[in-house]
Amino acid sequence: MLWLLFLLVTASHAQLCQPGAENAFKVRLSIKAALGKKAYAWDINEEYLFRAMVAFSMRKIPKREATEIAHVLLCNVTQRVSFWFVVTDPSKNHTIPAAEVQSAIRMSRNRINNAFSLNDQTLEFLRIPSTLAPPVDESVPAWIIIFGVIFCIVIVAISLLVLSGIWQSRRKKTETSEVIDSEDKCEHMITMENGNPLDEKGGHVNDAFMSEDERLTPL
Amino acid sequence: MEKERPQWDNPLQFVFACISYAVGLGNVWRFPYLCQLYGGGSFLIPYLIMLVVEGMPLLYLELAVGQRMQQGSIGSWRTISPYLSGVGVASVVVSFFLSMYYNVVNAWGFWYLFHSFQNPLPWSVCPLNSNRTGYDEECEAASSTQYFWYRKTLNISPSIQESGAVQWELALCLILAWLMVYLCILRGTESTGKVVYFTALLPYCVLIIYLGRGLTLRGATNGLIYMFTPKGSSALSLRFQVEQLANPKTWINAATQIFFSLGLGFGSLIAFASYNKPSNDCQKHAIIVSLINSATSIFASIVTFSIYGFKATFNYESCLDKVILLLTNSFDLEDGSLTASNLEEMKDYLASTYPSKYSEVFPSIKNCSLESELDTAVQGTGLAFIVYSEAIKNMEVSQLWSVLYFFMLLMLGIGSMLGNTAAILTPLTDSKVISSHLPKEVISGLVCLINCAVGMVFTMEAGNYWFDIFNDYAATLSLLLIVLVETIALCYVYGLRRFESDLKAMTGRALSWYWKVLWAGVSPLLIVSLFAFYLSDYILTGTLQYQAWDASQGQLVTKDYPTYALAVIGLLVASSTMCIPLGALGIFIMRHLKRADTAPVA
Repeated sequence: MLWLLFLLVTASHAQLCQPGAENAFKVRLSIKAALGKKAYAWDINEEYLFRAMVAFSMRKIPKREATEIAHVLLCNVTQRVSFWFVVTDPSKNHTIPAAEVQSAIRMSRNRINNAFSLNDQTLEFLRIPSTLAPPVDESVPAWIIIFGVIFCIVIVAISLLVLSGIWQSRRKKTETSEVIDSEDKCEHMITMENGNPLDEKGGHVNDAFMSEDERLTPL
Repeated sequence: MEKERPQWDNPLQFVFACISYAVGLGNVWRFPYLCQLYGGGSFLIPYLIMLVVEGMPLLYLELAVGQRMQQGSIGSWRTISPYLSGVGVASVVVSFFLSMYYNVVNAWGFWYLFHSFQNPLPWSVCPLNSNRTGYDEECEAASSTQYFWYRKTLNISPSIQESGAVQWELALCLILAWLMVYLCILRGTESTGKVVYFTALLPYCVLIIYLGRGLTLRGATNGLIYMFTPKGSSALSLRFQVEQLANPKTWINAATQIFFSLGLGFGSLIAFASYNKPSNDCQKHAIIVSLINSATSIFASIVTFSIYGFKATFNYESCLDKVILLLTNSFDLEDGSLTASNLEEMKDYLASTYPSKYSEVFPSIKNCSLESELDTAVQGTGLAFIVYSEAIKNMEVSQLWSVLYFFMLLMLGIGSMLGNTAAILTPLTDSKVISSHLPKEVISGLVCLINCAVGMVFTMEAGNYWFDIFNDYAATLSLLLIVLVETIALCYVYGLRRFESDLKAMTGRALSWYWKVLWAGVSPLLIVSLFAFYLSDYILTGTLQYQAWDASQGQLVTKDYPTYALAVIGLLVASSTMCIPLGALGIFIMRHLKRADTAPVA
């Protein structure tokens, strides 16, 4: 009698958990890809942990009756490693709707990943899309800062060059004007020494020179 | 009291200026493409022949003219014959067009350089879509590097008709690029002479570092083998290479590559040489510069092909990994049982054991081939900004390699810009009318300001399409015509014997028969044939088309140019080529009017 009941129970379990059954999800693990040499083998103890994590995620949803590990059913475990699971209600006759299981798993996804040392890509729940991490949002993008720095350096360098150019040309102007003044004075002297009668700019008459001339010419 | 013409501090500055002008982006992004397309290693044969027959003589000619006349392009050609002042004006117009669009590449270089200081590199990951469950659709359809280039950098519109708004980020980078150029040319040869030490030498440092990194990358040898023996096995590739040598297009492309790579006809070389002492040995310098330019092209293509090899190997292995994952998941095989080595036999095994399931999965299985990954020949901005950045994102410490690479691109670009702006500024500062009213700094500032303002067109959403128009049509035909007129003018109008005695008096070196034969005969014939080829190519192609980015498909599609774009192309070509006959006509009319004025008095 008892084993008839047992058969009935497992038969009903088998009906509840089937590939492609209503409210069932397929899980796929890539342990070797994720951990390489440190990969662990998938055995019934790991399955127990998985069922515990699923029960834990269901319990985290508020205002629900507590799910036990026994309510989580696994089936069709392959070499891949992949399997299907369903979560049943306490009476073990019906399965919890997929939407509820989905939101529960999504909420605790990180904890489940960490329990198995895997991540979203190596522990896949097919039909449960993972929330991708948003990009780090900086208030000021990095590139503007670097742009600002280089921009300021270039502006400063240009202003330095332009200002030094202006200063140099001013210095040249004052130098050339001094040179022109002294050149003028030289020309002045030359015209006076030649005794230019037209030059009435009132220079000095060199008395010594004049007196020598006067001394010589009468001869 | 006349102001003395500024001069280079030493001949080395002049050589570096010419090198940094000639060695530009074309050496990095055009030569490897041509090499791949026209037979790999065997392309070097027509390339080197054209270098000796066309490149060196024309370079020597321009440098000699500039050094002899001691003036910019307008002044030099006016001295040779007043009817030829149009040639100088045409050079200035072409240089003006070039500097308008060339600095936009530097702006893109700055953009990528500033974005290289992030972890992870922004072009290595796709952004998320609005509800954060997957990646952005455009990014999924294309790749993350293409998405970053077309969407984040250019924000490109679907066609040239939709101009869109100016992208402020790119506009800022363009302003910075022009400020950088202004800083370098501010004081004329005094400042340019110091800057060219950096712009000429630093790219080589980076190329050497990249050579070291590139050759040690995984799969680099695949790329190098492909460069020298394309199309697989040595027997097939040998036949392919011989076929390419017999193809006239190979020789034409080798000739045009040499011609445009040296930057002849823009007036920059004349401008640089005009600041030389007349006794400078420009023959030696011409040979050195042209040899270094070609050697850099070959060196850069070795680096590029090792990077190609790395990228192709990486993509091939990712493709294999995807196939392995697909098969492992479909058949629930043990994780890690399928590897690259046993993939083929496992596929056969699975096909025989589970035929129905295998035929379901079969359409999704991609045929991964290393050959097809290597065969993607890319040139231009696609190579520099998409292919290279894709390879860099897969290297370790990718930020460092990215910074180095874009810094090198900037050095190359700014070095070429120095030559372009010198070609515009030297005639302006030579002219007594302008230089007496405005100091040198103000003239340079005005030129940079005008170019920057016009360059804003290229920062709009359709800017890249206009960039391609300028890149393809602004300089090609006009330059060929300008250099043809230059060569003929020097040999037949000024007189080859007269120029030969000028050079002997200037440098103390006799002109060998080799140069005389090339200047008077071979080079003009070569340019005429290139010109004829280009014209016939334009006429035969009929309507001109361009590549537009389709965001929904994530790839480029071909579209026809609208009429106003064709009008702009026609205007670009006409405005520079028409300067030559219009200049001659103008001088002729002026002289005629003068004679008419003076005749009654006599």
